[in-house]
Amino acid sequence: MTSENLVYFIALPLFSSALLMLLGRKADKWGHIFATLVSASVFVIGAMEFLAMRDRPEESRAVTQKLFTWISVGSFNVDAGLLLDQLSIAFVLLITGVGTLIHIYSIAYMSHDRDRRRFFSYLNLFIAAMLLLVLGDSYLNLYVGWEGVGLASYLLIGFWNQKPEYATAAKKAFVANRVGDLGLSIAIMIAFANFGAVSFIGIEEKVGGASETALTAMGLMLLLAATGKSAQFPLQAWLGDAMAGPTPVSALIHAATMVTAGVYLITRSNFVFDNAPNAQLAVVIIGAITLLFGAIIGTAKDDIKKALAASTMSQIGYMIMATGFGPAGYAFAIMHLLTHGFFKAGMFLGAGSVMHGMNDEVNMRRYGGLAKLMPITTITFGLGYLAIIGVPPFAGYYSKDKIIETAFNAGGVQGIIFGSTALLGAIITAFYMTRVMMMTFFGNKRWADDAHPHESPFLMWAPMAVLAIGSVASGYLLYSGKAIVNWLAPVVDKHHHEHTELLPPIVVSALAVTAVVIGVGIALAKYRGELSATAPQDVSIFTRVARRDLLQDDANEFMFMRPGQKLTEVLVKTDDKVIDGMVRGVAASTIGSARGMRKMQTGYVRNYALLILLGALAAFVAILVVTL
Amino acid sequence: MIFNSPALEYGALAPLLVIFGAAVIAVIVEAFVSAKLRPALQLAISLGAVILSFAQVLRLRGTQSATAAVNSVVVDGPVLFMQGTILVLAFFAFLLLADTDAFAAQASAIPGSSEERTALQTGKIQTEIYPLTLFAVGGMMLFPAANDLITLFVALEVLSLPLYLMAGLSRRRRLLSQEAALKYFLLGAYSSAFFLFGAAFLYGYAGDVSLNAIRDAVSGGSNNEAFLLIGMISLSVGLLFKVGAAPFHSWTPDVYQGAPTPVTAFMAAATKVAAFGAMLRIFYVALGGAVWSWKPMLTAVAILTMVVGSVIAIAQRDVKRMLAYSSVAHAGFLLTGVLALSQEGLEASLFYLATYGFSTLGAFALVTLVRDSSGEVTDLNRWVGLAKRSPGVALLFTTFLLSFAGIPLTAGFIGKFTIFTAAYDSGNIAVVVAGVLSSAIAAFFYIRVIVMMFFTDAQDDTVSVTIPSLYTNLTIWIAAIATVVLGVFPTPVLDAIASLAVFVR
Repeated sequence: MTSENLVYFIALPLFSSALLMLLGRKADKWGHIFATLVSASVFVIGAMEFLAMRDRPEESRAVTQKLFTWISVGSFNVDAGLLLDQLSIAFVLLITGVGTLIHIYSIAYMSHDRDRRRFFSYLNLFIAAMLLLVLGDSYLNLYVGWEGVGLASYLLIGFWNQKPEYATAAKKAFVANRVGDLGLSIAIMIAFANFGAVSFIGIEEKVGGASETALTAMGLMLLLAATGKSAQFPLQAWLGDAMAGPTPVSALIHAATMVTAGVYLITRSNFVFDNAPNAQLAVVIIGAITLLFGAIIGTAKDDIKKALAASTMSQIGYMIMATGFGPAGYAFAIMHLLTHGFFKAGMFLGAGSVMHGMNDEVNMRRYGGLAKLMPITTITFGLGYLAIIGVPPFAGYYSKDKIIETAFNAGGVQGIIFGSTALLGAIITAFYMTRVMMMTFFGNKRWADDAHPHESPFLMWAPMAVLAIGSVASGYLLYSGKAIVNWLAPVVDKHHHEHTELLPPIVVSALAVTAVVIGVGIALAKYRGELSATAPQDVSIFTRVARRDLLQDDANEFMFMRPGQKLTEVLVKTDDKVIDGMVRGVAASTIGSARGMRKMQTGYVRNYALLILLGALAAFVAILVVTL
Repeated sequence: MIFNSPALEYGALAPLLVIFGAAVIAVIVEAFVSAKLRPALQLAISLGAVILSFAQVLRLRGTQSATAAVNSVVVDGPVLFMQGTILVLAFFAFLLLADTDAFAAQASAIPGSSEERTALQTGKIQTEIYPLTLFAVGGMMLFPAANDLITLFVALEVLSLPLYLMAGLSRRRRLLSQEAALKYFLLGAYSSAFFLFGAAFLYGYAGDVSLNAIRDAVSGGSNNEAFLLIGMISLSVGLLFKVGAAPFHSWTPDVYQGAPTPVTAFMAAATKVAAFGAMLRIFYVALGGAVWSWKPMLTAVAILTMVVGSVIAIAQRDVKRMLAYSSVAHAGFLLTGVLALSQEGLEASLFYLATYGFSTLGAFALVTLVRDSSGEVTDLNRWVGLAKRSPGVALLFTTFLLSFAGIPLTAGFIGKFTIFTAAYDSGNIAVVVAGVLSSAIAAFFYIRVIVMMFFTDAQDDTVSVTIPSLYTNLTIWIAAIATVVLGVFPTPVLDAIASLAVFVR
């Protein structure tokens, strides 16, 4: 593979982030412009790389760069290197493209915040870390980026940390991510123990010689990592609370890019999963559970951002499920990831725009009838809405339809179960998204008394418009002529598997569209009339459970937090009494012997000389004993 | 009688000749230049000589094997690396020395006498320290390069004699300083006697003083074994004394504490490089064939040194004494590299010496900054809460302590890791186990100091941190940067060492 200079991708945003932090208030005036320009220039570099890559023949598209040898001890060799191939360039364009739009949006959105410069500094830190994540050529380098985006996410969720509940949300995200990260680090250890390598290429070469048990274990650990970062079951609980961060952050990190890192991880590790069918099945199951889980939570949320967050969880469930189908599904997972990046980021920015006009109100029951006053927001949000529920020919139709088709094509009972799950998910998606649409933009006005809704400024709606165009067109562009499938094939489908088709595509499409119609129909019937400004309390047990996020926090509290607290109590006691006792004992005896030995240091030269003489004599005796 | 002058290979000797030449000039300056001009001139001569000599080292850097002065001096990769290291350390040591208020106004005046008071009042400044240091540097550079026992002994004395004097030149607490100098001198002479005794026996064994001849005799194995053993042990005692290995270490804390701190910094950093250089050459080149005779003895010494250094350091109340015992422990860690008797061991030792040298220089330089009205404060109890008032100083000192403790991302970690790996690969498990355990003990007292500085409230407000002069500041920062950079990006230096570290045999 050829070598090329790729370090700019990471160095530029990292440098700008550091600069903004170091300069402090001095950079307040121009920091946001500078950060945006840096992000835009990285996007331009990415686009140029993409065009150059497209012009190269397929086998020489991937390029690498070795940065430096980080550790080199005996046979243990870790290089810090970058790898830009067909898969990573897709992410690079998504991250920097959507990232730049969100930078532009944030200039206006954050204009009243006195810490805007710090916000942009964190944003660029995130971009640098995310690019490192997708450009690292080994699991270890990916891990650095993985932790980096975790840190950036933590800083940004808690950006308004003067509110204690926001700081708690940041902490919750951090803890859930740590659990996932543990999976990643164990996976790296398994890889190193079995292959003696941590680079993607190194492992791929040796994957044939490994036992299936090892590969399954590694696959499950990678899946654990993915569930943490991508808010999948059972580590999904943090994503809803992460909405405490500023809305542009929710759009960029918690919708378009960082939360999809799990999908990237599994796709990147295709050589592991393709040889570990059990791990693959686990991936599909987790994806299927989450796509329903998220969709159901989405039906009950009145907080617009939390409803969108639940939807993100559900959509990523689709992607994860698709990756579990192996070479047949990777390309569609990535395709859905890209289209989702457009429409979900666009809808989050739309939600931000609504909040901007409604005094930061997030409760949809206090919205209603905003379409007339915020026409641009309504249209851009509406296009995203059509895309996510999968109305042809909008972006989501192509990508989601393909995933449903792949699920059915898995064959047998599995195919029917997972295909139906995906269809059911599509119905619920259409339902809850229509609900959001209706409650926000249509129906009766239920505003707070001091609300004066108004359209957002140009800097805010322009990025929304660009993303809306993406929501419309990206699906067809990626789908036509199997563009994305062929593009990614050298990375994820090297052996050109023949994919069986159990149901003709037209049938699946018809089913999917029917699902959309059913979901939209139910929602229209239910949310068409007048709504009250407060949530009804006399609801069924199911609604109540859904409103409580399907008891995810209660489950965590019951299963982990309480036992955890008990365990810590016991541990603290043991630590105090037993371990500290032992340590104190050892320390005391060490100090005791230190005092004893110290007495030999009398200060008299004669004693020292005697000590030297005795030492020499002892050496003589020792040598004589050894030699004789 | 016809006398043929020996061929001297001036080119190969240039690094040494520059230093010794500058030392002689400095003595003349001392005699003929007015007292006012002397400090600046002496500093300029010293730094200039160090830079020029370093340039000569760089010029010779490709040299893989050469001998000079009728085979009595070797120039090879490790020698050049050590000479370079010594010169860099000496450069910064000179910067520290230039803050001359550490030195007695008139060394010959009796402490507390009226002469002393007059000297202090007239603002006299001692500048003999510069030529003395230059001679010591020259001796240190010759020590690892010596290829026969006579040159080795001469180098040992050339480096030691100035150090004895320098240890006694402290401006404050002069009695303590002079006592330290006398102790150092007496014990040094005593150990030199051991050294010479050993040299004589080795000569008796091999019939020649050159290290190569001794190696050939060892591998021939036909001579009187007892001569070899006696010679080997006595010679080792002399060397182990210089590196401060237990049980020959007892001078270390007294001398480190008594000597003026800049001198301690120089002594602790550079002497160790020179002495280990010589030791590596002797054990690797001359006595490598007799490894089974000296290995058990040296293993025992290494373990004892690590344990004694680490354990006694815990009981210390004085920062300079603590650092002295820490240097004893480090001598033990370095001995594991000698014991490995392998290419990796040699490379690891060279790396360790460089990293240890920098951290030590920086740590002692920081000690000169913490003062009260009567001079440096070395009582650890008065360092409590230092971070509250001087976070910068506390943070830098923490960097050095973490490196001493071998915490990752500092040079000390890479040094310990490579040297223990080399020892482990050579099959010497016992010494590695002892090394790791002592490291754990040592980490305790290093971290205790950090805790004292950062997390304990100060009770004593009389201690303050002086604002460092440019010279001291530069030294501390360069040392700290080197400590961190060598910890994060050790590869270039490790590669460079690997490419040149072969002893000429």
